[in-house]
Amino acid sequence: MHGTREQTRQLVRMRGRSYVAFVFSPVVPIQGWLEEIDAMLARSPGFFIGKPVVLDLSAVELSQSAIAHLVASLEQRDIRILGIEGVDASHLTTSMPPLLTGGRPTVLVQNEPKKPEAAARPKPNSLLLESPVRSGQSIVFTDGDVTVLGSVGSGAEIVAGGSIHIYGALRGRAMAGVNGNSAARIFCQKIEAELLAIDGYYQTAEDIDVNVRNRAAQAWLDGDTMKITPLN
Amino acid sequence: MAKVLVVTSGKGGVGKTTSTAALGAALAQMGEKVVVVDFDVGLRNLDLVMGAERRVVFDLINVVQGVAKLSQALIRDKRLENLWLLPASQTRDKDALTEEGVGNIIAELRTRFDWILCDSPAGIERGATLAMRYADEAVVVTNPEVSSVRDSDRIIGMLDSKTVRAEKGERVEKHVLITRYDSGRAARGEMLSIDDILEILATPLLGIIPESQDVLLASNVGSPVTLNNAASAPARAYVDATRRLMGETVPMVVPVERKGLMDRLLGRRAA
Repeated sequence: MHGTREQTRQLVRMRGRSYVAFVFSPVVPIQGWLEEIDAMLARSPGFFIGKPVVLDLSAVELSQSAIAHLVASLEQRDIRILGIEGVDASHLTTSMPPLLTGGRPTVLVQNEPKKPEAAARPKPNSLLLESPVRSGQSIVFTDGDVTVLGSVGSGAEIVAGGSIHIYGALRGRAMAGVNGNSAARIFCQKIEAELLAIDGYYQTAEDIDVNVRNRAAQAWLDGDTMKITPLN
Repeated sequence: MAKVLVVTSGKGGVGKTTSTAALGAALAQMGEKVVVVDFDVGLRNLDLVMGAERRVVFDLINVVQGVAKLSQALIRDKRLENLWLLPASQTRDKDALTEEGVGNIIAELRTRFDWILCDSPAGIERGATLAMRYADEAVVVTNPEVSSVRDSDRIIGMLDSKTVRAEKGERVEKHVLITRYDSGRAARGEMLSIDDILEILATPLLGIIPESQDVLLASNVGSPVTLNNAASAPARAYVDATRRLMGETVPMVVPVERKGLMDRLLGRRAA
């Protein structure tokens, strides 16, 4: 840096930029207010380390020496003052932080680090059930496909945002594509279903063709009609 | 180690109480120390089937509420010295049972007995859920008809989710016991076949108890089937089922009534 500056002249660029700072507004008695700061620091030590802090003295009337004392007290607590506002410029000496004006209130956004686990693991888009779904059980999974290794009992129901795959007999209700996914399908190794539905279109047991009953079958939507066709 | 076995079904009238008494007596005859506990508060029956109805002083609810000690409520069977009964209350209802109270009783029974057989009430409400709550094993009693099978399926689902074992991520070992099975009617297609039932329930079979008048006869005289007429078809089927519970491998046969020549000529049916 130093070397280059001596060789060629550089343009001095200046830009305006605003920052968010904590604003402390001390109240009288100052000693009590400092104790509050100490209590806060005891709860979370290091909370203010590296954070810009501005002193707003508009609520108190302090002499020059009192201001100097306050700034020193805060520095003892590892709180560095970026600037002071709400006070007449004559009260400040050159060794004190500069006077600031034109501050605007802002909402402090808690910028906590996100949990790495949540960020690393994507939301699953399928659900695998390794045991039969019994009568009375209701499996609702609107994020994607549901796969069942086993049968779905009479009086059980499966609701899926995507397709439903059943490696066993389907004797209960299966509702696929409940989020408006008309491409969802229902597959099962033996169809004895009480009700099949895809994207709101449904068929009850009575409507299901006797020729496909008790066979491996899939249900799908062909436009506005539900088709049930045997697999293989 | 003590085993807690719940006898349950969902549907009423399928033979839970008969099976509890028969399995309990058969276990006791094999030398196990057994207590049968009636959870059907308000509609108790096990005391009648066990023939102990005239000796009930204190009951399950009295023990749950701390009115009586467990030892005061237990009734020893007159025929088998290592068979005991803990009767239910007839004057109260199932709301008098608390999860904590039942847990304490089961824990105390575990220290005293080899087998604790819980006779569940029908339904899926408080009485039934508390009867299965602390179970290690379950016998699901099913009749060969669709409504009973569907209710059993529901109960199996609850055994897999509502028991203490299930909540700890362990398994409740489940068995299906098919009762009131009539091989003649099954052959004519008037009943669900054994294969159909097992396919729907996807649970191992413990035994097949044939439909028989001996069952009604035994409960009318207040004796478990296995004690009343040990040679009868249902008694032999219950003994086989009990041996399977004890871990023995017993070939699965459907015991049939031994009919005399006259019965055959007259075509008298067991049911």
